[in-house]
Amino acid sequence: MKVDRRTFLSFGMGAAAGTALTPLPWKLIDDMSIWTQNWPWTPVPLEGKVTYENSTCTLCPGGCGITVRKIANRVVKIEGRKNHPVNNGGICMLGLCGPQLLYSPTRIKGPMKRIGQRGEGKWQNISWEQAISELSSKLKSLRDNKKTHKLASITDSDKSIRTSLINRFVNAFGSPNTINLTSSDDIYSKVISLMQGDNGCCSYDFENSDFIISFGCGLLDGWGSPVRMFQVHSKLKNSCSNNIQIVQVEPRLSNTASKSDLWLAANPGTEAAIAMAISHYLIKENLYDDSFIRRETKNFDAFKELVLYQYSPEKVAEITGVKVNKILTAAKAFAKAKNPIAVYGRGKGDLSGSLHDYMAVHCLNALKGSINKQGGIWTVPEKNYIKWPEIKKDDIAIAGLNNKRIDSVTEKSILKSIPEKFIENISASKENLIEILLISESNPCHSLLNTKEVTKAFNKIPYIVSFSSFMDETSLQSDLVLPNHLYLERYDDAQTPKGFQKPITGLVKPVIEPLYNTKNTGDVIISLAKELEGTVLESIPWDNYLSCLKETLNNMWKPLKDNGYYIDENYRPSNRFYTASRRFEFNTKYGLGQFSYIEPEGDIKNYPLTLIPCETIRLASGYIGDSPFMLKTLDDTVLKGNDLLIEINPETAKKLGLNKCQKITLQTPKGEVKVGINIYNGIRPGVIGIPKGLGHSAYDEYLSGKGINYNTLAGPVEDKISGINACWGTRARIVT
Amino acid sequence: MSTFDDQSKSLKCQAKACNGSVTITLCFIAGLAVSLIFGWIIFPELLYSQKKQPIDYNHAVHLGLVDDSCNSCHYFREDGSFSGIPKLENCAACHEEAQGESKAELELVEKYVKPGREIPWLVYSKQPDCVFFSHASHVKRDGLECITCHGNIGNTTKTRIYEENRITGVSRDIWGSNIAGIKTNSWDRMKMDDCADCHEKMVGKKDACFVCHK
Repeated sequence: MKVDRRTFLSFGMGAAAGTALTPLPWKLIDDMSIWTQNWPWTPVPLEGKVTYENSTCTLCPGGCGITVRKIANRVVKIEGRKNHPVNNGGICMLGLCGPQLLYSPTRIKGPMKRIGQRGEGKWQNISWEQAISELSSKLKSLRDNKKTHKLASITDSDKSIRTSLINRFVNAFGSPNTINLTSSDDIYSKVISLMQGDNGCCSYDFENSDFIISFGCGLLDGWGSPVRMFQVHSKLKNSCSNNIQIVQVEPRLSNTASKSDLWLAANPGTEAAIAMAISHYLIKENLYDDSFIRRETKNFDAFKELVLYQYSPEKVAEITGVKVNKILTAAKAFAKAKNPIAVYGRGKGDLSGSLHDYMAVHCLNALKGSINKQGGIWTVPEKNYIKWPEIKKDDIAIAGLNNKRIDSVTEKSILKSIPEKFIENISASKENLIEILLISESNPCHSLLNTKEVTKAFNKIPYIVSFSSFMDETSLQSDLVLPNHLYLERYDDAQTPKGFQKPITGLVKPVIEPLYNTKNTGDVIISLAKELEGTVLESIPWDNYLSCLKETLNNMWKPLKDNGYYIDENYRPSNRFYTASRRFEFNTKYGLGQFSYIEPEGDIKNYPLTLIPCETIRLASGYIGDSPFMLKTLDDTVLKGNDLLIEINPETAKKLGLNKCQKITLQTPKGEVKVGINIYNGIRPGVIGIPKGLGHSAYDEYLSGKGINYNTLAGPVEDKISGINACWGTRARIVT
Repeated sequence: MSTFDDQSKSLKCQAKACNGSVTITLCFIAGLAVSLIFGWIIFPELLYSQKKQPIDYNHAVHLGLVDDSCNSCHYFREDGSFSGIPKLENCAACHEEAQGESKAELELVEKYVKPGREIPWLVYSKQPDCVFFSHASHVKRDGLECITCHGNIGNTTKTRIYEENRITGVSRDIWGSNIAGIKTNSWDRMKMDDCADCHEKMVGKKDACFVCHK
């Protein structure tokens, strides 16, 4: 027997034939398919016990109750909490993305100290003891040099216990420079205070209203308490009424405008003129609430004269570019409504207008008597449960507090903070106005107007501390990062959501153990106070943040713990006015409510187009950036690849010789960007719309480098009468 | 002379050729045999690992002691989810102390009940991760008997060896003991085709993909 190649081959063939006659090949193929599913990098949901925890979402000031579903103690889904007074089981896209934010790779995993240059992103991990020791020694030296007024803080609002604690710390330390980001709600509340003497937060009883006219507010784009607004909107749309019930006044066909019953495409910045025209109609046709006006208001005649003389529908048609018959349709519908509400603001409520504009719209509400009655506008008390004693001040603190605020705000100012002025003054000053800056739950390096100026100002601050949970633009510019727990990991209070008509406090509670070595900012502040001792410690005497919350929330704590929220169901708005005249005053120290145009920056010759920002619920534009899921929901007409597309009317595009595939350079007095073009019939000729919220340069590869940031193109514009920032857009030009 | 030489040469060639082809055929048959033996007998031996259950549980004895047959320990919870294999607290309810004298029970009490450790049972009927199965829709709604899919486990006095596929980590019960996938009883095999066949018989259709692969 010779064993050679042939025998070998024939053996092989035999083996092959035999194998084919066994189950081996088929079994192995089947096993391979299961094996590939078990590879360790293939995401497979955990198996385990399903549990639910309730908490409150803090990703926007909407205050929705949420129910978090966990499997084997991993957060898997967030849903709106059923029967919650604010959102009744509903939830918005951002709230839904909580788990993505929780497990995001951009989470900062522990305290870090900067090594290398600012913005390089080189960090050294340090322990909490080291971090607090380093920061407190820097603070101590500021105290020793009697420069306590050079400490400043920027926080998202001033209404929660956390922000109030930070403000208290800074004040007790000896600095007046507590900056809280403001919104149009703060301005509207101030208007109510001026005209009614009521110092609460503006709130709207939409659920009992039968008509809403919105002057710029994105009712479905994230304004107010977003989920509540969706439900209010649905309720009106589903009522079997043939009347016009929702009117939207804004220069472009936003989501809100497209779902309204009537859209008035007013020239940008002129929306309030429509309000004056409607007032004109009501007064001329005698369709206003005569008894309210006669018995409860003052100076109506002055207002009446102004309106009748200057704001006829024909005149307003000229100003706004909206046809007279459309204005009259809106006016008639408003007059016919039993409980109409008029709201003023822009987009999500962070952008602004002049004080007079706000007053003009409030006068419109007064004309129908929608003040302090069901289906109308009233106020809810502001954080009245924070009843801490006066802070203790030592001599250093008293001296420090005697300094003027850097944002030039005094007791007489309309708002308590003007972040834009704060930045401007630091940037313009030759000496360092601020030595140490603390930043909590906000991202000023991205979300404040005039990004270049913000960067310049930040470069003049020697020591910046960020409490952010994410490596955002502000954290990247910081020297010390002390990451806060994410809202799903911490205890906090949630104040009454924007515009909600009853006082409701929500409990933010941990649904999961903190994933990383983060610390509740409240606890960090308390630790700092312990290090500083003296009157600072006396003013912040709590052992830890949880005991501070418990003590402050007092007898609300138990119902909050048991139920997740505490609502004053029996709240009734006051039906009195607390002005000097004890009446609703049409004339205030700032004059009468009227349309007061805020001229956008840039001269019309060099910058012939008008640029306005577009807000959508799909683009988070505040402290939190869009999650990867949300980015996927942006249309190709908003973001294509990494390019942001601007909305431009076909007429304007034609005049400029543009086609939709073109990339152009958009220039404004403040900056220049490269964008793509979306030719869109739904925006006025001569006006360009730019989606707001993108243009991140930090975070991670899911968000960074996509689109451009509107805030690099526009800067604050001061309303001369009130000193507030009233920037609603800017002039621009296109260079091909 | 040449003819004789030629003849003998050609005979030799023929013989060589004859021998060559025999060798080749023999090698072919050898190859065939080896692979058949490997494929049918050795391969299954290699493919499956043998593991013993942590406790040699006697179903028959316990079945005689409870009122509700299988449902006494394998029941539906209030929210409709199936409890599966009972947790330690179920066993500990009676076996805080050893009730009898068997080695298995002693192990239960000493190794698991006293220290409070969960028993790491090996699950014969566990499907791969890609499968979603609802006991509620099969048992509660359609009244399927336990033995239809799980066999006559209730009458056993000892636990079977748990055989696990070394490549996939899945129990042998899923493919079936028969390596060719031939089954006699409905519980011998529980691959996708087996579920689909029963569905077709009972409901008239095999159903859409996403019903079981969410």
